[in-house]
Amino acid sequence: MEFGLSQDQLLLDDSVRKFLASEVPLDKVRQLAAGEVNDASFWQGLADMGLAGLIIPEAHGGADLGMLDAVAIAEALGYAACPGPFLSTAIMSAYLLNQAGATDPLARMATGEYRVGVAFGDVIGSRKGQVTEINSALSGQSLFALDADADAYLVALSDGRVFMIEASEVGRSILSTIDVTQSVCELSFDQSPACLVSSNPELVWQTIYRGRVIQAADTLGAAQYMLDQAVAYSLDRKQFNRVIGSFQAVKHMCAEMASQLEPCRAFAWYAGHAFDESTDDAALTACHAKAHLAEVGQFVAKTSTEVHGGMGFTDLVGLHYWFKRIGFNRQLLGSPEAVRHEAAQLSDL
Amino acid sequence: MDLSYGSEYDAFREEVKSFVRSNKHKQPQLGDGIKSQAMRDWQRLLIEHGYHSRTIAREYGGYGAEPDIIKSRIIAEEFGAERVHRGFNGQGVTMLTPVLLEMGTEEQKKAFVEPTIKAEMIWCQGYSEPGAGSDLASLTTKAELDGEEWVINGQKIWTSTAHHADWIFCLVRTEADAPKHLGISFLLFRMDTPGIEIRPLVDMTGDANFNEVFFTDVRVPKHQIVGQRGQGWQVANAILGHERGSLATPDAAMNRLNGVKRLMREESINGEPVMSNAVFRDRLMKLEGRALAMQYNDMRLLSAKINKNQNVRLAGMIVKLIGTELRHEIECLGIDVMGEIGLSYGNNPHKRGHGSWQYQYMFYLGLIIGGGTSQIQKNIISERGLGMPKEPKIPSKTAVPKTAAREA
Ligand SMILES: Cc1cc2nc3c(=O)[nH]c(=O)nc-3n(C[C@H](O)[C@H](O)[C@H](O)COP(=O)(O)OP(=O)(O)OC[C@H]3O[C@@H](n4cnc5c(N)ncnc54)[C@H](O)[C@@H]3O)c2cc1C
Repeated sequence: MEFGLSQDQLLLDDSVRKFLASEVPLDKVRQLAAGEVNDASFWQGLADMGLAGLIIPEAHGGADLGMLDAVAIAEALGYAACPGPFLSTAIMSAYLLNQAGATDPLARMATGEYRVGVAFGDVIGSRKGQVTEINSALSGQSLFALDADADAYLVALSDGRVFMIEASEVGRSILSTIDVTQSVCELSFDQSPACLVSSNPELVWQTIYRGRVIQAADTLGAAQYMLDQAVAYSLDRKQFNRVIGSFQAVKHMCAEMASQLEPCRAFAWYAGHAFDESTDDAALTACHAKAHLAEVGQFVAKTSTEVHGGMGFTDLVGLHYWFKRIGFNRQLLGSPEAVRHEAAQLSDL
Repeated sequence: MDLSYGSEYDAFREEVKSFVRSNKHKQPQLGDGIKSQAMRDWQRLLIEHGYHSRTIAREYGGYGAEPDIIKSRIIAEEFGAERVHRGFNGQGVTMLTPVLLEMGTEEQKKAFVEPTIKAEMIWCQGYSEPGAGSDLASLTTKAELDGEEWVINGQKIWTSTAHHADWIFCLVRTEADAPKHLGISFLLFRMDTPGIEIRPLVDMTGDANFNEVFFTDVRVPKHQIVGQRGQGWQVANAILGHERGSLATPDAAMNRLNGVKRLMREESINGEPVMSNAVFRDRLMKLEGRALAMQYNDMRLLSAKINKNQNVRLAGMIVKLIGTELRHEIECLGIDVMGEIGLSYGNNPHKRGHGSWQYQYMFYLGLIIGGGTSQIQKNIISERGLGMPKEPKIPSKTAVPKTAAREA
């Protein structure tokens, strides 16, 4: 019995974290926020490390690794608030295309040169707009498609069919959100030619569940960063001639963050593992992990900011990039209430 | 990641399963007290088969098996699955026995371990005092040596099961002049020794499970001490380590949560099952997410114990805090699901589950406080888990600073 990361997974995790520490410092995230660089510069570096092809089969140029590996990496990416389409292209699209047997794009996705975004709003729960299809031509609109710089999109219709469409065939406008590290856009279709990839609604859901697990792990990493920063800041900042970390109110805030967050690590690991082993509870666990981390993440994001005092509220320490990333993960691919509702349905409750 | 226990354990699991199936009718029933024959018979049967006191040596009355964490886990799982009584696990069994085995003399092990694990000798834990709760080391119950005997004077409080106990393991101050942590000793003595008075305290559940215990010139043989004079604090801390983890197991929380699900299907408001109420269902799912996190945290702890290749200090430290608070909230949901019926208690014919929802709701509040309060847990987590500083000491009002004294 062994519940944890393997030696190989620890090595991979370690090399990704080292890379992120040196190549994705806060200054680069700021440059992205200021529009001085785009996320392609980040993505190419990650792709060169093999992350773009992480779960793509070796036959198509990938590393053929599993969801637990992806969970470890997502945690590291969240910790660095690293920009780039890991969730959309490397996990969701790579998984769906491979399962659907539409393997042509995979080799170019594995090198990082080709990015496939996802527009699943009609399945997850659309607030506005809908996409319809007549004779393989799409019409309508899809909001909050993941990855505003993708080369193509997978568009899920409300009946669960999935079409692939080149970005050049759609109207696309970037939607600015609180989070600059993960991009979303609005797609509009006007009898745009698309290609049917899958008619299996279950495949869309399996893809969404995997995406949720990755988001949970990303939030775990981002929240861990915020906790670490809070503890470090509290040991440095002095008020009333003492470090603020010696005030019990501050200690208890940190203890509460740690107590809620630490079990989430094991939870995220299991959620990844469940897909690698195709356990019966994989979908349910994915929903629970996503919703639970949304709640714990929100608590940590708020509390860590408070520990930093006014500094936490400013742009100076940059903590808000993580706060916003956690906020983004909370809503995308299903808000906690919506996801828990699904969890109840999956349990026949 | 490999969650299987390995096929070499399949046969063992079958063995446990078949034991549980064919013997569960012998388990103690609701009314059987800790001193009943049914309890003792069950305890003896479990030890004989290695399902209790499994790794305690045969010469001390145990089963004498090599430690095997996975086998212990399988026993817990199979008994849990059939909701069969795990045997008597009073404070003597869970807290005193491990300490005697580690720090007791050969005579003490021989005299105490066997009757204790067989539920023939019931113990209580005499630590807390009116003036020494969270700050346990400030305790003042005093023991002075008079020839070959300790003479004990003072008072304990919140002493669970003192009214049933045959013996007490007790912290007393023996070195009046030593710093507070170094002046304490760990004594064992009979509860029928002259000079002991027990006054029951009714708790919020209506039970009188804990007590005030008064000592007036209680005379105890000198050799009934565990460890050396003044070492009692270390001995006690070894025991508290054993106590904390066992107060809130995730498996029990999951079982209770499944109980809430059953309630939500059975109970209805205006003919609609509570389960179809979205607000209640969301609360249920929220708690299930939290319980799952604790369950996988527990698996990680188990794995770290077996493979010794992960640092799980923090993961272990948070279990008492999160586990007891979670359990309290699960019981709370059970009550809310029933609305006014959830208030039923005592002999109210409408109560559900023998009134266990209200009882456990209160009982777990007791556990949030007992065994180190939630606030004390947060102190420990921040200091030992996150490396944050201790509270600065405030000089006591009566102690005059040296310089000031000199100036005066
Ligand atoms: C159900 C139950 C069973 C028990 N069984 C036993 C038993 O068998 N034997 C035994 O010896 N004892 C037993 N106890 C006693 C238990 O260990 C104490 O109640 C507990 O340690 C708290 O001490 P106290 O009650 O004196 O509260 P106090 O220490 O007075 O605490 C009161 C409040 O102050 C807070 N507080 C105190 N110090 C600090 C601090 N440094 N930082 C922040 N907050 C602080 C506490 O968190 C709490 O909120 C039992 C208690 C309960 C509830």
